[in-house]
Amino acid sequence: MLIAIAAHFAVAAMLPLAARRCGRAAFAIGALVPAGSLALALTYLPGVLRGTPHGESVHWAERIGLLFTVRLDALAMLMTLLVTGVGAVVLCYFGRYADRDEPGHGRQAGLMVAFAGAMLGLVLADDVLSLYVYWEITTIASFLLVGGAGRDEESRRSAKQALVVTVFGGLALLLGLIVLAVAAGTFRLSGILADPPDGAAVTAAVALLLVGVATKSAQVPFHPWLPAAMVAPTPVSAYLHAAAMVKAGVYLAARLAPAFADRPVFWVPLVVLGLWTMVLGGFRALRQHDLKLLLAFGTVSQLGFLLVLVAVGTYTAALAGAAMLLAHGLFKSTLFLTAGAVDKGTGTRDIRELSGLGRQWPQLATLAGLAAASMAGLPPLLGFVGKEAALKAFLHATPKDVAVLCGITAGSVFTVAYTLRFLVGAFGTRPGAAPSRAKPPGAVFTAAIAVPALAGLVVGPGVGWLAPLAAGYAEALPGAHDYHLALWHGLTPPLLLSVLVLATGYAVYRAGRAVAVVSGRVPEPLRAQRGYDTAVSGLIRLAHGGTGRIQTGSLPVYLAVILLTVVAAPGTMLLLRGLPAIEAPWSRSWLQLPLAAIVLAAAGAVLRARRRLTAVLLTGMIGYGVGGLFLVRGAIDLALAQFLVETLTLVVFVLVLRRLPPPFARPGRERTGGQARSGQPALRRAEWRKALVAALGGTFVAVLATAYSAGRERLPPASAWYVDNAKPEAGATNVVNAILVDFRALDTIGEITVLLVAATGAASLALGAGRARRRTMPRPGRDERTEVRR
Amino acid sequence: MTDDSTGSIGPAEPTDEPVDWESWDVPTERWLRAEHGAPGWPRSLLLEIAVRIAFPTVLVLSVYLLFAGHYDVGGGFPGGLVAGFAFVMRYVAGGSVELAAAVRIKPPALIGAGLGIAVLTALVPLGFGLPALTSVQWHPHVPVLGELSIASSLLLDVGVYLLIVGLVLDLLRTLGAGIETRDLEGEAR
Repeated sequence: MLIAIAAHFAVAAMLPLAARRCGRAAFAIGALVPAGSLALALTYLPGVLRGTPHGESVHWAERIGLLFTVRLDALAMLMTLLVTGVGAVVLCYFGRYADRDEPGHGRQAGLMVAFAGAMLGLVLADDVLSLYVYWEITTIASFLLVGGAGRDEESRRSAKQALVVTVFGGLALLLGLIVLAVAAGTFRLSGILADPPDGAAVTAAVALLLVGVATKSAQVPFHPWLPAAMVAPTPVSAYLHAAAMVKAGVYLAARLAPAFADRPVFWVPLVVLGLWTMVLGGFRALRQHDLKLLLAFGTVSQLGFLLVLVAVGTYTAALAGAAMLLAHGLFKSTLFLTAGAVDKGTGTRDIRELSGLGRQWPQLATLAGLAAASMAGLPPLLGFVGKEAALKAFLHATPKDVAVLCGITAGSVFTVAYTLRFLVGAFGTRPGAAPSRAKPPGAVFTAAIAVPALAGLVVGPGVGWLAPLAAGYAEALPGAHDYHLALWHGLTPPLLLSVLVLATGYAVYRAGRAVAVVSGRVPEPLRAQRGYDTAVSGLIRLAHGGTGRIQTGSLPVYLAVILLTVVAAPGTMLLLRGLPAIEAPWSRSWLQLPLAAIVLAAAGAVLRARRRLTAVLLTGMIGYGVGGLFLVRGAIDLALAQFLVETLTLVVFVLVLRRLPPPFARPGRERTGGQARSGQPALRRAEWRKALVAALGGTFVAVLATAYSAGRERLPPASAWYVDNAKPEAGATNVVNAILVDFRALDTIGEITVLLVAATGAASLALGAGRARRRTMPRPGRDERTEVRR
Repeated sequence: MTDDSTGSIGPAEPTDEPVDWESWDVPTERWLRAEHGAPGWPRSLLLEIAVRIAFPTVLVLSVYLLFAGHYDVGGGFPGGLVAGFAFVMRYVAGGSVELAAAVRIKPPALIGAGLGIAVLTALVPLGFGLPALTSVQWHPHVPVLGELSIASSLLLDVGVYLLIVGLVLDLLRTLGAGIETRDLEGEAR
């Protein structure tokens, strides 16, 4: 299966090129990859059903234990079927949905296929680090697909929100995975789950993982990103934001459940948040007029339902979860694709404008009706099987089960109600409204919608095929193993409950107006979107404040901070340990004396310099003097480098000095124009402070250098090794060069990389500053930056 | 000496006629800039010509330092700096126009090439199953020169050399010519 994942990324990289040639057909080419992966996965199905997971692994950095692994077990197989199957269908549909003349087909097709590959990798990964990488690739693909070309404000904002929320969760997930893996002593997911570690750190890790789960699967209070992401093209919503990506959280919870479902830190938050999300999402869906938004809130609700099912960790609930996972993927993608077809055919998705579509598009209405029936939980569809199992799982007289049962019953009632709202809204005939003018949907749309819709219809009665797969996952969980997925269990309490749910749901739908009045009365501070906005603006304020205080833009302050750190950090250690005794002669060569005199004289003269050029030249003299000292002691390479660098520094100084006034600025005097003398004392004090810091830094470095270079009696072992091995190992007679290009060559590469970065930075600063000065038109965004600088 | 008119040695007009035996060695291209080459830059003919004469020598010296580094004083870093100073001299003598006459390649390309060569040199041993940055020595016999000793780490030094030359040129481009252009524009405004 690794080859299937790799094929996704390879094809995704080539699709933009292909799209230049063949336009929309790029989507169809892309669809071949998930379709092929589906076929490949099915060849492993018999083994998986026998209970022997298929595994592959490829080392890519063996020494540090990094590897790509695949573990295709029952749960992974279920998700793989969903991801690849729906992916192929949606890509085919996308090929017809995309506008022929609009650019960006290659980008969209490539991103969709890359996403499919990442999603496949995510569900197959057995290594927590690669799982995280795939997880983030899906996030980024979602960001790019929602943002589109980024031309309008709303899609940029939505894409950003989706990115911020899910990346926040992703980072929490990474932290949780690492803590968990370190506690377990293995980065293999199967290893961690087989022998789950204990302890406070693991509890914290699980909580962090749940943040990742809740953000990715759009649980309260993170859910608003999902409805906002509906600005994306409908196929993207159908695949990423209904069938696949948002299921990543559910998948991870399901993956962890066998090991952690018995711990309150795992199931309590998931069940509480899940039930809350399920009810809230269903309720909000009843208010929507946009078909896609209605479905999006429905997805939020269903994701909550799924998380409850996989989090409680009993056999029956896990069976229900597995069935619902597949059912939801099938019916929700059908409904999204239908919404897209309606949008394309009529130009609107607003149910207040649509009318009479059912008569014009009987085939499409029937298919959507099948999917909707599955969503509402009507027999003989797969959704019904799943919901029956879910109700059965909580039919116990314990407080926890009763509470959960009440929650999911309420959620299901809303589900039935918004299903009706969708169906009637999209296909019903409103009295007194002219029928919408609709272009026929076409064969591709109908076929793409028919595949998942009919799959739900076939797997419902044929749930016997699915049952071994679901049981293969669920048998790792505790609880009675007597339940099995089936369409007909007899006249049982769950069936009666289902009937009750359907009836109540119809009543709620009829009372739609009342619902619309009641909802929307959420107190302002409790709104999740407001919470997100507050968090983001608070973060930006914090960043502005922090940057404004730390990056003051004052060079003396920066220098003082650096120098004081240098003095404080090693200085404290020196005070504690004491200086080594200095046992060196005052001078080793008479030449050192005049050189030292030159250096000292130049240093003293710099302080008296009134013109910048004089100061620069004197500083250069210090540098040459030091170079001379190197030469006297026989460090020829060092002296050469010192002379050359000193010269370059001088040249650069002189180049820059052309822009600065020749004498040193005396801002206090210039600004007050010699009239007000009140500014003088403050300036004096600032100068004294600078002098103090400079003296402190200079003295410290001088003492340190003298003490340590004098305290050394013989070559350290490393140097001795270099001297001995320069000729035999590196073939060099110049030891310095042997160190630079051979023994410590990695350091050299690092250093020249730093030089490259510095050169690029200096170039953009120097050239960019000129451009900024020349520009007179204010640009949006620049004002913020100037604020920060202040 | 700063009189502009002395700085122009006119090129021979290209003609289709057969080359006359009297004029076959007249320079066909301009050796010095014409009088209006660098507006606003004070010219010193002596400096300009001295620099032009010294320029190749300094470059050769820099290459010597690069190759000698393995055995004697030198190396990619000092060599690159010396080569950079050759261009600094050109710039000081005649401003950015003179610099542009000396070098055509874009400094960032040079910097990138330098780092690219260094990194490739580091990675090549991986292809032979050796750890990165492994160095090898060859001792080929060359007819005239006798036995040479070449280390593969010389390539790393070449990368450093190119990067440093590019760095100096980039400084001249941004802080030198960049400021120069802006000042001139400021005066024009």
